[in-house]
Amino acid sequence: MNQKVVSSITEALHRTEIKDGMTLSFHHHLRNGDYVLNLVMAAVRELGLKDMTINASAIFDCHLPLVDLIRDNTVTALECNYMGALVGRSISAGILEKPVIFRTHGGRPADLERGKAHIDIAFIAAPTTDTQGNISGKYGPSACGSLGYAFSDARYADKVVAVTDNLAPYPLTDFSIPETEVDYVVPVEQIGDPAGIVSGTTRITRDPIGLLMADMAAEAISASGLLQDGFSFQTGAGGASLAAAFALEKIMLREGIRGSFASGGITSQLVDMQKKGCFETLLDVQCFDLGAVESIRDNPQHREISASRYASPCTDDAVVDSLDVVILGATEVDTSFNVNVHTNSQGLIMGGSGGHSDTAAGAKLAIIIAPLMRARIPLIVDHMHTISTPGETVDMLVTQYGIAVNPNQVELADRLRQNRLKVISVEELQEIAENICGKPKALKNEGRIVAEVHYRDGSIIDTIRQACS
Amino acid sequence: MDIKRRASAGTLESSDVLISVRPADKLILKIESPVFAQYGEQIEKVCREVLAAFNITSGEIHLQDQGALDCTIKARLETAVRRSLSQDD
Amino acid sequence: MIRSLLFIPGNSPVMLQNGAVLPADALILDLEDAVATDQKDAARTLVASALHTVDYPKEIIVRINSFDSDYWQQDLEEIIPLRPQAIMPTKCSDSSTIRSIAEKISELERQSNIGEGTVKLIPLIETARGVLNAYEIASASPRIVALLLGGEDLTADLQCERTKGGKEIFYSRSSIVIAARAAGVEPIDTPFTDVDDDEGLIEDAKLALSLGFSGKAVISPRHLAAINEIFSPQAEAVKYAREVISAIEGAKKAGKGVASLHGKMIDAPIVSRAKRVLEQARRLGLPLED
Repeated sequence: MNQKVVSSITEALHRTEIKDGMTLSFHHHLRNGDYVLNLVMAAVRELGLKDMTINASAIFDCHLPLVDLIRDNTVTALECNYMGALVGRSISAGILEKPVIFRTHGGRPADLERGKAHIDIAFIAAPTTDTQGNISGKYGPSACGSLGYAFSDARYADKVVAVTDNLAPYPLTDFSIPETEVDYVVPVEQIGDPAGIVSGTTRITRDPIGLLMADMAAEAISASGLLQDGFSFQTGAGGASLAAAFALEKIMLREGIRGSFASGGITSQLVDMQKKGCFETLLDVQCFDLGAVESIRDNPQHREISASRYASPCTDDAVVDSLDVVILGATEVDTSFNVNVHTNSQGLIMGGSGGHSDTAAGAKLAIIIAPLMRARIPLIVDHMHTISTPGETVDMLVTQYGIAVNPNQVELADRLRQNRLKVISVEELQEIAENICGKPKALKNEGRIVAEVHYRDGSIIDTIRQACS
Repeated sequence: MDIKRRASAGTLESSDVLISVRPADKLILKIESPVFAQYGEQIEKVCREVLAAFNITSGEIHLQDQGALDCTIKARLETAVRRSLSQDD
Repeated sequence: MIRSLLFIPGNSPVMLQNGAVLPADALILDLEDAVATDQKDAARTLVASALHTVDYPKEIIVRINSFDSDYWQQDLEEIIPLRPQAIMPTKCSDSSTIRSIAEKISELERQSNIGEGTVKLIPLIETARGVLNAYEIASASPRIVALLLGGEDLTADLQCERTKGGKEIFYSRSSIVIAARAAGVEPIDTPFTDVDDDEGLIEDAKLALSLGFSGKAVISPRHLAAINEIFSPQAEAVKYAREVISAIEGAKKAGKGVASLHGKMIDAPIVSRAKRVLEQARRLGLPLED
């Protein structure tokens, strides 16, 4: 017994028979506080291993040491659903020869299920695990709540290593990932920095434009006809998206509407809404703050879901397919409603789909909320740097200057107008922004391809080029 | 007319621009901007127009732009130049 | 009609830009208290540049520096050629300062080929003398379209504490309403200054409405929705107004001299109030039918 517990990451690497060229996977539930990816990769480098592929559900700024691992060929390929701006800048500069593969939160587990992606060894940051590898994210000093993105890794990887700073006696009853899927357990001092894992409280934005757009979005949802008993909803954790949920809560409470579920990344604000009766259930793939972590631990109506159940295009019944409304952000939008969330206005990588295109495809009403300009750069451009989410899955764009409705949604536009919301064409919005800011000189990155954007069905929807400067 | 004294106007807040002027042998325009690639030429054009309106022929004009619109750049440069000239009297 | 008047600090490019889309009926671009003394020139130039460029689909009021400062004339010289709807002079305590300001505006209007009397005045009453002289002030110039009460400076002048309940300015509020209405101009209430107390805001605005104010100044964009709502005709009032008008028309058709509704006689004040409510609702685009 207890052969699973090994004394160090290096020993676990030996036991898994790690070799040059293997694919190692990581989940991002510890967000910008994650230590595990860096710890494991430091040990990998120590062993002199080369040519490794990292498949992480997301790369954050805290993973900046990756850049050095790429420079010395320890790592020669990257796959992720999201990449923070710090590592993104180096990738955009072309430090990695092979293009990064960007997937969506639903596409990643789907690619593992359908054999389009393979993991040799999965390293699972485990806030708590027992000695046999029954893992939970809900307990321990580095608790992160849901472990939704780690389920597929545990199931499909050839070898699975749990890395923990809270080893519990066997058996841990309230586990998320079962011992049957785990090969080794490595206790370490700390798997993450709690301050970076979850923010204490998510605050509603005070930015008047964010609040204005949030009110417009909530009124648009109310006008859409979808806001009735049984309503289901998802929103991002960005300032205006959170504010929109708050504005929606006021409408739901005033009109006594009892929704069915809220899904995706869960914040304490959604926890509050569930408590107040706005939603029966929370379907949680990722906790964003402490309130959400406490709730998923204590509230039986707050359920953990896997990324596959959340958003996989392979299953017939992913949660996103039951969504009424999703509110999403954008760095760029074009006049066909295509959305960019991968690169900034200079074409530098600073994000990724995450669940953006999955929820846009699944939800009945996909709302993009974004200011018409940021520091003089207009939101709506003739040619985007990157297409993350195709325009035919996006229904409306809410800006402070009015709401543009996708021309394929004639009835929706009428409903908004009847409720005295300002409906305006996306071309007019573009013109307003260019009158205020001036027409920006088009920038086109023409270097080699540094990343491929894989749509949820596995097709390559766009590529990202090396940045000029 | 020459810029004879140092002066500045504006701030480093988002959508503003901090403009400093100081004496120099010729007219020098230094533009730092996060949107230089998209709007560098336009920013320069606005500055040249303001400087021409004041008949400024020498001085170093340094812009630390935070994504300011043309009307803000114009106002800040006018203020900086006026502040510089008003000390000449 | 102006329900909400949002203060915008004159030296803030981002707020001057955002003001264009915020749901205020009017913006008060502030050159006075929101601007530090050493930035008066910068704010004046920035506001002028914004007025020249930005398309503001709402009323624009520029609050100038006080009559006893060194800046008010320069403020007017740069701002008047840009034709704001109104100028807001501060600390107005008697009619003579209003007349001096109005004269200066006339002179500048002539110089800029703007029809004399184009730019209106909304004096800010924020001193004990100003409250006592409110009617005289409101009648001092045909340019005056409204009076704004400034509760903060006023309570300093009264040497009393400014409270949320506002008992200390009750008399002043009523005085301003009476003076403004007597002079045929709009009374506008002082802003509610606690940006985090939504209930307090609503209470304060309802009190102002009940006293006869037609709108309220606002210091936080977050307050705009509530203020607009409270100072709009309510659905029930619109419905009642429609009933009054149709009862009057019915009586006329029937050749009756007196109309009644729900067993009560409809007299002239009720009719004029009903007409006013319907006119307000029409201007705001509120539904006039069921």
